[in-house]
Amino acid sequence: MEQIEREVRQFVIDNFLFGEGEAQLSNDDSFLEKGLVDSMGILTLVAFVQDKYAVTVPDEDLVPENWDSVKRIARFVQGKSSVIR
Amino acid sequence: MCGIAGLLNLNGAPAEAERLWQMIRLLGHRGPDDSGIYMDRAVGLAHSRLSIIDISGGHQPMHNGDRSTWITFNGEIFNYIELSKELSSKGHSFSTQSDTEVILKLYEEYGPDCVQHMNGQWAFAIWDTKKKRLFLSRDRLGVRPLFYVTARNSLVFASEIKSLLLHPGIDAVIDLKALAQVFTYWFPLAPRTIFQNIFELPPGHSLIAENGKIDVRRHWQLDYSQIDPTVEVPRAREETYSEELRELLLDATRIRLRADVPVGAYLSGGLDSSIITALTKKFVGSSLCTFSVAFEDRGLDESAYQQEVVRVLGTNHRTIRCTAAEIGETLPEMIWHTECPVLRTAPAPLFLLSKLVRDSGFKVVLTGEGSDEFQGGYDIYKEAKIRAFWAAQLDSKRRPLLLKKLYPYLAGLQRQSPAYLQAFFHVRSGGTSDPFFSHLPRWELTAKSQLFFSAAVRAQLQDRVPYADLQSLLPQDFSRWDVFSRAQYLEGAFLLPGYLLSSQGDRVAMAHSVEGRYPFLDHRVVEFSTRIPPRLKMKVLKEKYLLKLAFGGMVPPSVTQRPKQPYRAPDAICFFNPVNGRPRHPYVGEMLSPELIREYGIFDPGTVLKLIEKVKAGRATSFLDNSALVGIVSTQLIIDQFVVHLREKLSDGANRARSSPVCN
Repeated sequence: MEQIEREVRQFVIDNFLFGEGEAQLSNDDSFLEKGLVDSMGILTLVAFVQDKYAVTVPDEDLVPENWDSVKRIARFVQGKSSVIR
Repeated sequence: MCGIAGLLNLNGAPAEAERLWQMIRLLGHRGPDDSGIYMDRAVGLAHSRLSIIDISGGHQPMHNGDRSTWITFNGEIFNYIELSKELSSKGHSFSTQSDTEVILKLYEEYGPDCVQHMNGQWAFAIWDTKKKRLFLSRDRLGVRPLFYVTARNSLVFASEIKSLLLHPGIDAVIDLKALAQVFTYWFPLAPRTIFQNIFELPPGHSLIAENGKIDVRRHWQLDYSQIDPTVEVPRAREETYSEELRELLLDATRIRLRADVPVGAYLSGGLDSSIITALTKKFVGSSLCTFSVAFEDRGLDESAYQQEVVRVLGTNHRTIRCTAAEIGETLPEMIWHTECPVLRTAPAPLFLLSKLVRDSGFKVVLTGEGSDEFQGGYDIYKEAKIRAFWAAQLDSKRRPLLLKKLYPYLAGLQRQSPAYLQAFFHVRSGGTSDPFFSHLPRWELTAKSQLFFSAAVRAQLQDRVPYADLQSLLPQDFSRWDVFSRAQYLEGAFLLPGYLLSSQGDRVAMAHSVEGRYPFLDHRVVEFSTRIPPRLKMKVLKEKYLLKLAFGGMVPPSVTQRPKQPYRAPDAICFFNPVNGRPRHPYVGEMLSPELIREYGIFDPGTVLKLIEKVKAGRATSFLDNSALVGIVSTQLIIDQFVVHLREKLSDGANRARSSPVCN
């Protein structure tokens, strides 16, 4: 779980924060409230998660509860992976 | 169509002829056919001419009968024939057939109110030797440009900023507030330009310099205060509106064909330019030439629609097919003309298109510009309507689907859940009362590109209240207008002149001595459009309902029935090859190098580097990544050309104007 959080966090910093102000991003921060992602941004995150953790993401899973913070994504990935296993 | 320049020394010091020649030579691309200057002690006027009307008699600067008023004029007064008859009946006599002389006589008759009688697109300066008054004016909608500056006791003006920079005491210094506006709205809010202390005379304004004072006043205002959004229009009345629109646009086109040289038309494949082409064809006949842009990228290309219009209307058609590499290659030269950073590359293909027009022997083109703004065409109007509709019933399952349907070409939207759509489109209850309701999602998204500003720049900008700059420029009763009227005003009064008619209009067309004429921007058509009930412009979610009713029979059904597609060009891939991640052109690597980013000081080298990595890896897919990249490259080019290497560029420009056409 911690490792997933670390990897997702790094991806978000590199792709949406562009390395700027990374100290200010907590793993609970809402991407929407921080204005970090637009519609393509969400899909970029989805593509990253699908490739990296070999999970599939059906459209009904595309909701802020799963994708709107580093922690939520990690939890989502964890849940998906345990289902597969 | 031409370039104008001039100055008034407020302290009475004599004007220098050589300075005037330098200023006007730099605008040689705007008027390669002839040039001239006029001097009266502390005053100088200069002109470079693109001869279109009265080719032998229209030399400028021009004077009236007793040589008491002199004019330098860029543009066209399309109703000059009617005005000349009226003025003749009042006892005026004319020694030329030109519209320029008509302005002089109108000014004699009405003074600064002369502009109220004019139907056209203009930027001019009149020197009234009797009143010792310098009178500058710009057309209602901002088709033709006019910039000015006051420095060292002088008022200096010109069609383009570069000419002002020749004047001692005037330096190009980036205005950070203007830069933040570009990185929010896409353009600086007039009178601001991207350079400190250099101003644009706003559309619909005149400037009078007299008795040592400078007075800028509005002569025309776009006004939606009479609109009642709830008015239902019975079918029979629809036909009355449709008839009036048909007559007005036909006449607007007719008088825009007044020229002593052949006139062509731009054809995008969309409804507006097809209507203008069809109307033009009525007057010009089978010899009409049309021009269009095509793209490699099939998602952007509209050739199939263009070909269909050409087939049905029967025009002589020429197309320029733009590659991403060419667009990238064009950018530095294009920026020298736009004189402002851009967040999209869309002006570049039009820069290349105007060269094709010029090389084909044309100086004048009619286009469909100005229809989306005033006839209910833009997606942003529909988007605002859908957002308001959804906000009224937030738990609706069906209402969010309308947003996906609105943007079929935005792949990113199609998979989104209602919760995300609600967040991206700012859908919340009671939100429509915000004066900027329609535009907030767009501006907030665009403003994210300010993330790349350096810490020093951000520190200087931090005290700004968002949108206060724009708020101060709105009509008094703006907040009482309905959402649709407000959105139309924001497009028509700001984006149209600030970006579409300038960076994407006059500047890229005049770079190759091509004049655009816009029947949809005839003020009679625009004023009529402000009285059309909103429900006739956009019936439920059918855009341009009345326009289609009025002209549907004149254009192929493929055009009226096709989904609306905004004009877009490829962005990030113009600068980096997506296959190997290499910069496509040497200047890209240079402008984006950490050293130059640091030296020019506007952007943060570290964050820019991350963006470049994303672009190189082909992951820069979002609107934000693309806008930011184009914005950064073009801002660096502005600084490089206008601040750091200005002297070289100015001497290049003057020499080039003398010898050969701008582009090779």
